[in-house]
Amino acid sequence: MIAVVDYDTGNLRSVADALRRAGAEFTLTAAPALLRAADRVILPGVGEASSAMAKLRERGLDRVIPTLTCPVLGICIGMQLMCLSSEEGDAACLGIFPTRVRRLSADPDSASVHAVFPESPGAGRSTDAPECLPGNSRLKVPHVGWDTISALRTPLFAGLPEESYVYYVHSYAADPCASTIAATEYGRRFSAALARDNFYGTQFHPEKSGAAGARIIQNFLTLR
Amino acid sequence: MLAKRIIPCLDIRDGQTVKGIHFEGLRQVGDPVELGAKYAAQGADELVYLDISASEEGRRTFTELVTRIAARIDIPFTVGGGIASVEDAGRLLDAGADKVTVNSAAVRNPALIDAIAAKYGSQFVVAAIDARQVDGRWVVTTHGGKRPTDRELFTWARETVERGAGEILFTSMDHDGTKNGYPCETFARLAELPVPIIASGGAGTVDHIAEVLTRGQADAALAASIFHYDEIPIPVLKRALNQRGIPVRL
Repeated sequence: MIAVVDYDTGNLRSVADALRRAGAEFTLTAAPALLRAADRVILPGVGEASSAMAKLRERGLDRVIPTLTCPVLGICIGMQLMCLSSEEGDAACLGIFPTRVRRLSADPDSASVHAVFPESPGAGRSTDAPECLPGNSRLKVPHVGWDTISALRTPLFAGLPEESYVYYVHSYAADPCASTIAATEYGRRFSAALARDNFYGTQFHPEKSGAAGARIIQNFLTLR
Repeated sequence: MLAKRIIPCLDIRDGQTVKGIHFEGLRQVGDPVELGAKYAAQGADELVYLDISASEEGRRTFTELVTRIAARIDIPFTVGGGIASVEDAGRLLDAGADKVTVNSAAVRNPALIDAIAAKYGSQFVVAAIDARQVDGRWVVTTHGGKRPTDRELFTWARETVERGAGEILFTSMDHDGTKNGYPCETFARLAELPVPIIASGGAGTVDHIAEVLTRGQADAALAASIFHYDEIPIPVLKRALNQRGIPVRL
């Protein structure tokens, strides 16, 4: 049985829908006994890292998850919570993966937004657009959309070619480390996926990544 | 490298797909779930479903439709049309939507953007902005372009980002439905904002889309009729963009 950890961080539907499409049976639960009895555990997550971590602690799951022995997959914030710490809300995390989660851009300041379009609207400004090559524009955060993964390792990526596209929505990312099993470059190189022993994590959303994502989920479900 | 996104848009009335020219003269083009699945299989990067139902009954049908889309489609999808409260947005999130667009209601009540972003995150809120040029000035419009407001495009776009919008979907009502291309200078200026810009309204050829993604610096291009009527199939479009050196997911 697959257990999807339900710790009140919002919507579990997309993971549930993806498991249904994969033909897998699963239960949504936060009960430690069910997680220990499961043969697969998925830790999803949307929202903010420090409050998500607090919700894991409230349920005692911060002590349960690191002791699980079946294959465990953290997705997005779920993966970030399995790292040492996150800059988001200055959160200490589960410490399964030996790396830290940092913001993608150094400048979350809304003052920088206010500096855009400083002149009175439509007055005295050239409308000639600068020539700009695709992908050459400034870094936008969150990192939203389809990006490539490379340096793929472990059976989680069996059958996936290098430079496969997967779907991302995130503002924070884990630095590369010994547990990195896939990398993506956006402003800097970061861990697209991590693995250590029976623990796996993806920063991207396999449940929204079309055929590539469905393959990754299928690979996770069939890990030995 | 981050791919430029190609996004088919499906207008939904009472649970069925329609597409209008200038939002009028609506004509039915197919079952929304099947059409969405077809586009996803062809390589669409995302889907947008806009509810243009006028009735309560139509809106209920739409929420049920969102549930069926979420069950079937394995790429992100955005829903919009008539979202006027945090509760409306929450209902669609629960039904399985990845993002919502807010348009007229946010123009009336800008705090709606703050409220949805605070509760569900900026990545969930797309500010849809319709505007047309009046005496050389871009005036924000509502109700499918019919009603001009006292807001100016760039100022309003910046405000939506300050309030927490995670992306902007801009439609020039002067270009929508014409198939004459996008106002690329305007998109290039919007690109100064620190959030992704989705270009909508006006695509008639591959060149138009290539131009808005390069000269216009848009992050994504949204279109409807060129896909619905198979004038430019998505695989043909993406291969052509790739040949021009534009990063797309093939």
